[in-house]
Amino acid sequence: MHNKSISELSAGLRQGAFSSVELTRHFLDRIARHDERLNAYITRTEEAALAGARAADARIAAGEAGPLTGIPIAHKDIFCTDGIRTTCGSRMLERFTAPYDATVVSRFKQAGAVVLGKTNMDEFAMGSSNETSYYGAVRNPWDTTRVPGGSSGGSAAAVAARLCVAATGTDTGGSIRQPAALCGITGLKPTYGRVSRYGMIAFASSLDQAGPMAASAEDAATLLQAMAGFDERDSTSAQEPVPDYSAALGGDLAGVRIGLPKEYFGAGLDPAVAASVEQAIDEYRRLGAEVVEISLPNTSLAVPVYYVVAPAECSSNLARFDGVRYGHRCEAPRDLEDLYKRSRAEGFGPEVKRRIMIGTYALSAGYYDAYYLKAQQIRHLISDDFARAFREVDVILGPTTPGTAFALGEKADDPVSMYLSDIYTIAVNLAGLPGISVPVAPADGRPVGLQLIGNYFQEARLLNLAHRLQQATDWHKAAPAEFE
Amino acid sequence: MQWETVIGLEIHAQLATRSKIFSGASTAFGAAPNTQACNIDLGLPGVLPVLNREVVRMAVRFATAIDAELGRRSVFARKNYFYPDLPKGYQISQYELPIVGRGHVEILLEEGAAKRIGVTRAHLEEDAGKSLHEDFHGSTGIDLNRAGTPLLEIVSEPDMRSAREAVAYARKIHQIVQYLGICDGNMQEGSFRCDANVSVRPMGEDRLGTRAELKNINSFRFLERAINFEVERQIDLIESGGKVVQETRLYDAARDETRSMRTKEEANDYRYFPDPDLLPVELDDAFIEAVRSDMPELPDAKRQRFSEAYGLSAYDASVVTASLSLADYFETVAEAAGDAKLAANWVMGELAAALNKENLEIGSSPVDAPRLGAMLRRIADNTISGKIAKQVFEAMWNGEGGADEIIEARGLKQITDSGAIERVVDEVIAANPQQVESYRGAEAAKQGKMLGFFVGQVMKASQGKANPKQVNELLRQKLS
Amino acid sequence: MSLERADVEKIAHLARIAVDEEELDAVAGGLSNILDLVEQMKAVDTRGVEPMAHPLHMVQRLREDRVTESDQRERFQAVAPQTEAGLYLVPKVIE
Repeated sequence: MHNKSISELSAGLRQGAFSSVELTRHFLDRIARHDERLNAYITRTEEAALAGARAADARIAAGEAGPLTGIPIAHKDIFCTDGIRTTCGSRMLERFTAPYDATVVSRFKQAGAVVLGKTNMDEFAMGSSNETSYYGAVRNPWDTTRVPGGSSGGSAAAVAARLCVAATGTDTGGSIRQPAALCGITGLKPTYGRVSRYGMIAFASSLDQAGPMAASAEDAATLLQAMAGFDERDSTSAQEPVPDYSAALGGDLAGVRIGLPKEYFGAGLDPAVAASVEQAIDEYRRLGAEVVEISLPNTSLAVPVYYVVAPAECSSNLARFDGVRYGHRCEAPRDLEDLYKRSRAEGFGPEVKRRIMIGTYALSAGYYDAYYLKAQQIRHLISDDFARAFREVDVILGPTTPGTAFALGEKADDPVSMYLSDIYTIAVNLAGLPGISVPVAPADGRPVGLQLIGNYFQEARLLNLAHRLQQATDWHKAAPAEFE
Repeated sequence: MQWETVIGLEIHAQLATRSKIFSGASTAFGAAPNTQACNIDLGLPGVLPVLNREVVRMAVRFATAIDAELGRRSVFARKNYFYPDLPKGYQISQYELPIVGRGHVEILLEEGAAKRIGVTRAHLEEDAGKSLHEDFHGSTGIDLNRAGTPLLEIVSEPDMRSAREAVAYARKIHQIVQYLGICDGNMQEGSFRCDANVSVRPMGEDRLGTRAELKNINSFRFLERAINFEVERQIDLIESGGKVVQETRLYDAARDETRSMRTKEEANDYRYFPDPDLLPVELDDAFIEAVRSDMPELPDAKRQRFSEAYGLSAYDASVVTASLSLADYFETVAEAAGDAKLAANWVMGELAAALNKENLEIGSSPVDAPRLGAMLRRIADNTISGKIAKQVFEAMWNGEGGADEIIEARGLKQITDSGAIERVVDEVIAANPQQVESYRGAEAAKQGKMLGFFVGQVMKASQGKANPKQVNELLRQKLS
Repeated sequence: MSLERADVEKIAHLARIAVDEEELDAVAGGLSNILDLVEQMKAVDTRGVEPMAHPLHMVQRLREDRVTESDQRERFQAVAPQTEAGLYLVPKVIE
């Protein structure tokens, strides 16, 4: 049952082959059996899930089911959930329950999806390995000595090990696409503004975007359909119409122009990853696409720019965690300063503190122009690179990550080398473009991700290209044997 | 040495919206603590701001009133600092690109001359909450009801040269925001707050001296006092060889002094940057036109109109237009009385004195404008004399009813029956032969003054009710 | 670009994060490494380039001035560390 697609499951539910309660129990059982090894969930919501499943069954019986009604999913623990604890992977919010739902959460509720729990993540979404979580590292289902990627590592591992049908993630510099690549699933970061940020705990407001993580492009399209759309509670939400993503999946690729940025295939790319990506490029040629080389000359500047812009925004966004209205408060503060300083020192982990301090520095008097302003200017140049490229091609293609999943602990003590593993994903966030990671042929038994980048609001095209590849190949169907 | 004082003001006007600048929580004053602070005002995780249209409209109104350049594209920034009444750890404010640019207002100096004061800019921002320092077992209590209330911060040029000019400017801005209906102007409740930047320099010097910023001033009277104290302090300091340091000083009304906040902290580093949760505000022509076509009458125009339509002197017109509520009161009285000059005299005289005595605002006057107007009509139509009117007014003030009721109940109606008046006049003449004799022997120029004695006697005998005009005429006739 | 202990102390104070004496060098080292990574921005000529604060060229939408929120103090304060009489409590603030 857990290897079926959403449309197969939805048909099964409607035809009465199984109920949502049965389906939900099946996944809850799998979580109980396997999650000890993976640590993909921070909070499991068995009772709420079963209640949701019963309500879904009633809705199905009444003939009011939508494509997600009764489908068990999981939310990254960055989305506020009314009545269910939201930790954001941090000790700071260990006992925090939001009195409201994120817009993404309420949209899935309206669609009738069943929520199995809240998935593990790097603390406040800051990390690329899931090792910064206060609730322990998540393990990669393909090799439990390795990382699943981050920051949406819990969602990626849960989908890969089929501990949920699909999950939500968020992506600030690659946090959906990189773990999707490392865990062998499909993950889409939509255009900035496509999905509401309301109720999603902010890391870097001008970069953060929620998106679906699923076993296939087809499933991802179904999820995105529920998530996307204007929200009056988010000033940065786009008032663009939402197309029918599923309807666009089958589109013909003849004549589609795919650009390969030469900067994405240079030094630093694992040759085994490059070979897998080449194989996929050949598939696209066979499907009728035209493949040309392009250049994104400012690619190497994306990581430096990101490590100014994202920390700057985070230093301000995380100032609200001060131990006054919610969140961790230190024992017996001597005075107000002590309350602030110790609550924050105890509540935040080292990576979060590092980024807050870098961001504080980059915005401080005397450094603002050299760091923050300069970074925002170069961000413009990076964005212009993409604009030029999209005058020539429809889609940009490259590897999602320079290598496959690395060992737990391997980069934990070297933040900068960890940062550089996001080299291909970060520029997409800086420009606000949509990007998708799709599994291609594994390298050394480990998943490899292919990234497709589209122009603004071209999610349907990305899903179309991903789906056609998945129809032509079986790469996305591989599942980690240990969790069968 | 001769010293010159240089003053600039920063005025925070709370905008009179129903809901907050970035959330749908109410802005009503006086609610129980934290009952009007929603998740956005509290800065809970994941919540986002959305800008209130009315706030933008009010800022454009203000810009129009002070003839300011409009920031067609303005940007909200974050001002980052930690304080318990600042829930997000930053205040959303406008920094580099404010919505209101350079403008100006005119103030009237005591000598009657006008002076133009420049407004550097005015920007939108959110208010903070309140810290309550009453003892909660050694803790401070935080009420965030006020957090997120919209503010327009109006920054002047350092154009004022005395505490009086500063007060005149502050009153002018106060008057404008009230006329525009964008701020209730209540200084006690903190809806209108003034901070003053004060420095001194030797007369003739071009460069500005080091300034101190005075805070915690909650009335115009205190503004004047605080500045005067500070000017003295700075001059004394410099003359005794000291140096003024740039700092924030709190005005202590009880001691009538300013004192340093003695913050141990380093110079503030607010780390301003554009708020990524909000987009640039762009004003299109239609929006601006809609605001401009809906402007109320402004103080200067009203003053002009009052002096022309009601024949008031420049001084009278400026007094009765000092606040919109006073102007409205006056206009109602004038219409009801049918005599604007009489209305102005009463509003500025008897009424103002009575209000002043009980420390009341015009809005809470026990005698409302229609009532006062109705009474003045009774003076105009000779039902009562001006003198009797004072009795009637006092009775109305004490809640004894309307003018006609009181006149009736107390029998204050003026005697206009010439036969009745003549009888009293005759009695007075008969009873004062000596005075009659000296009147008749006096020069015409002196008779006018002497007539007063007889008038007084007649009025006394008639308990003030005889019509003074008729009394005068009859006496003149009979004494000639 | 390398940060000194004093720089870290200043930044940590601005960010209101306690850093132990013995951690200062390690934190300074960690932050300096990131600044080294960021250093390559310096070589880029950005004269005349507009800074990009937002990925999309959208303008602020305005909401109607309506009161849409009602009192939820009890729910909001259920997650608060310390409250009394409806107020959030903090150690005494001296003004």
